[in-house]
Amino acid sequence: MVKINGENLDIAGKTVTQYLETTTYNLQRIAIERNGDIVPKTQYSETILEDGDVLEVVSFVGGG
Amino acid sequence: MIPTREEMKATLVLRQGKELTEKCESVTVAICGLGGLGSNIAIALARAGIGKLILIDFDKVDVTNLHRQQYKASQVGMHKTEALRDNLLEIAPYIQLETHTLKLTEENLTDVLQEADIICEAFDKAEEKAMLVNTVLEKLSQKYLIAASGMAGLASANSIKTRQITKHFYLCGDESSDVADGMGLVAPRVMLCAAHQAHMVLRILAGKEE
Repeated sequence: MVKINGENLDIAGKTVTQYLETTTYNLQRIAIERNGDIVPKTQYSETILEDGDVLEVVSFVGGG
Repeated sequence: MIPTREEMKATLVLRQGKELTEKCESVTVAICGLGGLGSNIAIALARAGIGKLILIDFDKVDVTNLHRQQYKASQVGMHKTEALRDNLLEIAPYIQLETHTLKLTEENLTDVLQEADIICEAFDKAEEKAMLVNTVLEKLSQKYLIAASGMAGLASANSIKTRQITKHFYLCGDESSDVADGMGLVAPRVMLCAAHQAHMVLRILAGKEE
């Protein structure tokens, strides 16, 4: 299981990009943290999610 | 009559103690974007005795900014970097200020922010926020970063929060109220979010990192 934003998902073995394709996130507005570290945008397609990973997708909204 | 540096420091020491006051004095905080968030963060930190601020914005003060940003009607048309510098020096005459009138990009960001210990993200656009957060966490990962997302409209003041995402990355706001959705930004709620960001700076300096 991979925990993303508190939700357990059965997606170990998939890449970050493959996960994002199942969501509605605007890729220009997000940052992804995996087990305490940022996942560089250039590595979304190469980063394979592993069993036990904890991720957080931070999705920004406008205003400031 | 402007108080001396020593008088101003003495009053801070009385309130927040010698240790925190001297930490504040020795730290450099960068503020990226000088709008409703950034101008309010800067004023709070200048009052708290932060030694040096790096102020970054490409824009000029516009009449539409005056309802929430810490500028005066007489400053419309000035670069925000210069207007805020003038305002801060009236409040805290001994603070060190470095201004950059430019647009931060992935390319120039590491150079401009190199000397900062703590970075406050205070942009307006979601895409720019994400760009700054991704670039800082990737390339300047030893620095503290305090970003903001979600502070528009008239939802409850109590929904604005500070959340620690990673060891050095904090996010303030309600994470959902988008400026594009409703009435836009109102001064008190933007100030609340800016206050969360400025307060987190002080908490980090006081060793209260969570």
